Amino acid sequence: MKINELIDSHSELTDTSSNRSAVVLMTRIRLARNLQKHPFPGWAKDAQKREIRDQCMQAVAALPQMKRGLAIPVETLDELQKQILVERHLISRELCHSKAGSGIIINKDQSCVVMVNEEDHLRIQVLRVGFQFKKVWATINALDSNLEEHLDYAFSPKLGYLSACPTNLGTGMRASAMMHLPALVISAQMEKVVRAVGQLGMVVRGLFGEGSDASGSIFQISNQTTLGESEEQIIKHLHGVLTTIVDQELNARAKLLETDPKKIYDKIGRAYGILQNGYLLSSGEAMNLLSLIRLGIDLGVYADAQRGLIDRLFIECQPGHVQHAAKGAFEPGQRDVLRAERLRAEFAKMPAPDFSNTTS
Amino acid sequence: MANSLKCDLCVKPATVHLTQIVNNKIHKVDLCEACAQAKGVTDPSGFSLADMLLKSSLNPEPTGDIRCESCGFTQQDFKKTGRFGCPSCYDCFGSFLEPMLDTMHNGIAHTGKVPQRAQERKTIDDRLSQLETDLDLAIKAERYEDAARFRDELSQVRQTAGPKPLVK
Repeated sequence: MKINELIDSHSELTDTSSNRSAVVLMTRIRLARNLQKHPFPGWAKDAQKREIRDQCMQAVAALPQMKRGLAIPVETLDELQKQILVERHLISRELCHSKAGSGIIINKDQSCVVMVNEEDHLRIQVLRVGFQFKKVWATINALDSNLEEHLDYAFSPKLGYLSACPTNLGTGMRASAMMHLPALVISAQMEKVVRAVGQLGMVVRGLFGEGSDASGSIFQISNQTTLGESEEQIIKHLHGVLTTIVDQELNARAKLLETDPKKIYDKIGRAYGILQNGYLLSSGEAMNLLSLIRLGIDLGVYADAQRGLIDRLFIECQPGHVQHAAKGAFEPGQRDVLRAERLRAEFAKMPAPDFSNTTS
Repeated sequence: MANSLKCDLCVKPATVHLTQIVNNKIHKVDLCEACAQAKGVTDPSGFSLADMLLKSSLNPEPTGDIRCESCGFTQQDFKKTGRFGCPSCYDCFGSFLEPMLDTMHNGIAHTGKVPQRAQERKTIDDRLSQLETDLDLAIKAERYEDAARFRDELSQVRQTAGPKPLVK
């Protein structure tokens, strides 16, 4: 598969949304793995990195899970292509900046990705729409076991999988969920949640990971520690915390509807108006408006059938996707025009909100 | 006083006995009056046993010059980047690693997944190369009965070592 084919084909994240993904948009697990007797990517010479990449990419591309996917060295991608992959949560920003000797393998439905020579030799990642830790762990565990058949991992019985950064030592696993928490944001409870989650050994980040903002009320919550507990224990612990947050969000929605329904209707209704009639929309504003429409769908204001479109627009409103759709490079100001144009067209087709049958 | 203590710094009998606890460790010194005076022990405010012990210590603390034998990465490099150079660094930097891991993680011992297949493969590879060596030696020494036995075992191990079915 070629990169442009992949970009234009259906993907797990943009085409499989269902009402099971109401609060948890996506579940993701990544594993950090390294080859024994080879320097980590940050310390390896370019020639060593290329040798490691060849070895890893060959092994990964041969896996049954990665059949008919894309396997490509990072330096052959242009900036826009890389940006699109970042916006789809397939690769990290760090990988985009890596110079020589990095690679990417992505499977056909874009649910499994392996980054080669990012911070570690291998960063294996599996993502699925909705709240599905069991399924994601089963998939990534099998993928990792198959890969181990062909590669000699750096592993210590005492410290586990050895990683470039000691914060990933042990399981090398980061499990995360992308959550849509508009009611907790509107009712100003997010700070409290972030603090509580931190005390439980979990981390809250914005939509695009470390240092990104939480536009669209979307947050990524993941485990902080990787050593001392098994993968199953970490996932179970995280799952428990996330379930509590889902309940908190649903409670906050019920409370908003009970105490001040007009306030929330107003927000949802105005979002519809702006998306239908705006001519300049930044990605941040578009995200926040789409977030309100999504909340409207959850509350029964809009038909559930619209959910897929909204989740796709979350991604396709990002700067890289906007430019890809318009087939060119555009300045932020021009992108705002293009984005608004696309959203006007989409929302012209969308039925008006119906506040008569709201449920929470 | 046959078993009276001698001064730690000279040979005169010790008359000043000091015990200090520094970093949860007990340090004891015994000094004669002259040496105690010279070291300022009699001035309690200005005296630190730890300083004295450190200065006289034959093994000064290593100061940031641990170097990984396999990749040349140093402790200074780690301070700069927060990353290690290669998997072997974890053996070389063990001494300062453990306290760091303790604050970073939920424990300092791995209890998760083990690369089972890789470990099985390694056991088999080791066994195969051992058998190959044994076979060569037996042939050279014209011990044909042994050689036949090694050959049979080799083919048996090779058969079990065939590629495993992949997990879907």
